[in-house]
Amino acid sequence: MNQAGNRTLERIVPPLWALLIALGAASMLIASIGGNPHQVLGLLSLGTWRSGYGFGQVLFKATPLLFTGLSVAMALEAGLFNIGAEGQITVGALAAALAGATLPVGTPHWLAIFLCVVASFAGGALVGGIAGILKAWRGSHEVITTIMLNFIVRAAMVGLGGTIFLRESVHTRPVIEAARFARFSQWLSPSLFKGSAVNDSLFLALLVCLLVWVFLNRTTAGFALRVVGASPGAAEAAGISPGRVTAWALALSGGLAGLGGCNFVLGYKYYYEDGFSGGVGFMGIAVAVLAFGSPLALIFAALLFGTLSQGGLAINAVVPKELVDVLEAVIIFAVAGTKWPVRRMLSRSSSKISSGEKT
Amino acid sequence: MNRLVFYTALLMLLNVALLLPQAKNDRGSARAPLRVGLVFDVGGRGDKSFNDSAYRGVDRAVRQLGVQAEYIEPGDGSDRESGIRLLAAQGFDLILGVGFIFSDDLYSVASEYPNTRFACIDYAKFDAHGFVEPPPNMVALKFREEEGSFLVGALAALTSKTGVVGFVGGMDIPLIRKFEAGYAAGAMYVCPNCRVEAGYAGVTGDAFKNPAKGKELALAQYASGADVIFQAAGSTGLGVFEAARQSGENGIPLRLAIGVDADQWNEAPGHILTSMTKQVDVAVFETVKAVKEGRFRGGVRVFGLKEQGVDYVYDDNNRSLISDQARARVEALRLKIIAGEIKAPTERK
Repeated sequence: MNQAGNRTLERIVPPLWALLIALGAASMLIASIGGNPHQVLGLLSLGTWRSGYGFGQVLFKATPLLFTGLSVAMALEAGLFNIGAEGQITVGALAAALAGATLPVGTPHWLAIFLCVVASFAGGALVGGIAGILKAWRGSHEVITTIMLNFIVRAAMVGLGGTIFLRESVHTRPVIEAARFARFSQWLSPSLFKGSAVNDSLFLALLVCLLVWVFLNRTTAGFALRVVGASPGAAEAAGISPGRVTAWALALSGGLAGLGGCNFVLGYKYYYEDGFSGGVGFMGIAVAVLAFGSPLALIFAALLFGTLSQGGLAINAVVPKELVDVLEAVIIFAVAGTKWPVRRMLSRSSSKISSGEKT
Repeated sequence: MNRLVFYTALLMLLNVALLLPQAKNDRGSARAPLRVGLVFDVGGRGDKSFNDSAYRGVDRAVRQLGVQAEYIEPGDGSDRESGIRLLAAQGFDLILGVGFIFSDDLYSVASEYPNTRFACIDYAKFDAHGFVEPPPNMVALKFREEEGSFLVGALAALTSKTGVVGFVGGMDIPLIRKFEAGYAAGAMYVCPNCRVEAGYAGVTGDAFKNPAKGKELALAQYASGADVIFQAAGSTGLGVFEAARQSGENGIPLRLAIGVDADQWNEAPGHILTSMTKQVDVAVFETVKAVKEGRFRGGVRVFGLKEQGVDYVYDDNNRSLISDQARARVEALRLKIIAGEIKAPTERK
């Protein structure tokens, strides 16, 4: 077994085990409350991957998770723990909704989309940037500031609501037609995706994934970010200012989370609705942790959590919705818990091989 | 390496064993019963008020009409529509959404499934031209909260010793302002010199789940002389009860609160003058029954005092708090409202 193969196994095996453990735990839980695991999990797969609507909804739910997961993952590369994705996606969504509603009706499609997407990025970057600047200038720990900014955003929305929401509702005015992402059901396969909210912002998510990967691995600024993440001291010695990198890294991370708001605002409801995010910002942390910093794994992780979220709804009629929350927790624990044993087993077997070669 | 493969295989085997199809437990129903789906508001089951009341309505239909029911608790904003769609796609006969927040979602899905029947509690959809009528396969279940509020307003003013009564609302929207308008009108009707203090917890959905804010508003109103407060604020109202509970001892005069939606006596026994009940269960049960008997009609259905859609609680618990004269006076008002001699306002003057 060579080194590269080992590393691949080290990445693949823990999530695989986690999935199997979670599946087993789910079966036992369902059985313990008097359910039939075969039937419930069958219902779950039917409500997600085995029906057009379900599959579309999985993609729809995975889209914002890609953004928030990417946001957290990128901050982690810089050695920063961004827990503020929830607040950042909220402000991003609101910015996109307000921009889309104020644009003149005749705005060309590409320009309207572009401006709204930029607005959502700017909204998220603003919130992330505050935490970044506080860290760079005053050394305030980003875990504290990003958490607290979630509450500040929440409170600001409560204060703003009365002036921006429509009558007898908790949402803003809809965005103009030109600022809307097309749904898959409109151009790809009307019958397959009928009714599902999955839309073109998924492509934006995949594109941004690629861009972030290129940025981190192929540009000087991305390199500086990773150096600061690996060792701020070394970065400083090499002439990189950790403070400045920290500030813009958190702003960038916030911007990525803010983009996640486009999925709901520009692709689904066409307006900002109070409480739309449903914890997708916090789920992004789980996605990033599960992905171990690999962009491909990030996509899988987002799909997995999207599946669980939609699947939970599909089986809600037969089991309590908390079951899915438990499963998500089991997966995270299992990944964290199996990573070390797997590594040990791999290193033991490879050392055995190498010692065997010597004799 | 071998151990890695071994453990992986073991895990897989375990799952296969757990997932082996088990003998199907036959439910044994030959005739396909009516299928009813209920989608709760975010917050869901166990709110001791609105959602639970809707659940009771369906549950009663299950027991008395023999319908089959499924319940869905949505997680986030997109789950509401998704939950409705999942039920519609499975061919349910009637799908209910609990709360005004379902208005848009039910409206659009109902238009796509013309053969399925839908019901929205507190439906309120507005566009640039005003109120949007529900599609023909959908019924909007609305309540005359102002009528029930009128009665508890009168009761509050008749019970008050200070001549000041309070109102704490959740989210500041026309739906909740109806409670305030009826309440104030009822109080002023029996006691023109009384004063009505009113406050709201906020302007977003969170205003319905902020007990700390509820307590703060209630304490301020009690401090300014109010001795009875009516709350229409979801779990924010629990804070109002909390404020009321801290009275009647240590030299603080007894302060009362009025519950909403369901009988909330148990939240602060001895301090709940009454509760303005909104019989969501009655409306829900009636709707299921109409479908069952083939006389379902779309459109707006309003439940007031006359239809027993709203009422107030008077039972063994709170009888000692309500004087016989006050009770008689309020019952006379009830008859006048039902007869149309008094019209409870929906907006406060």
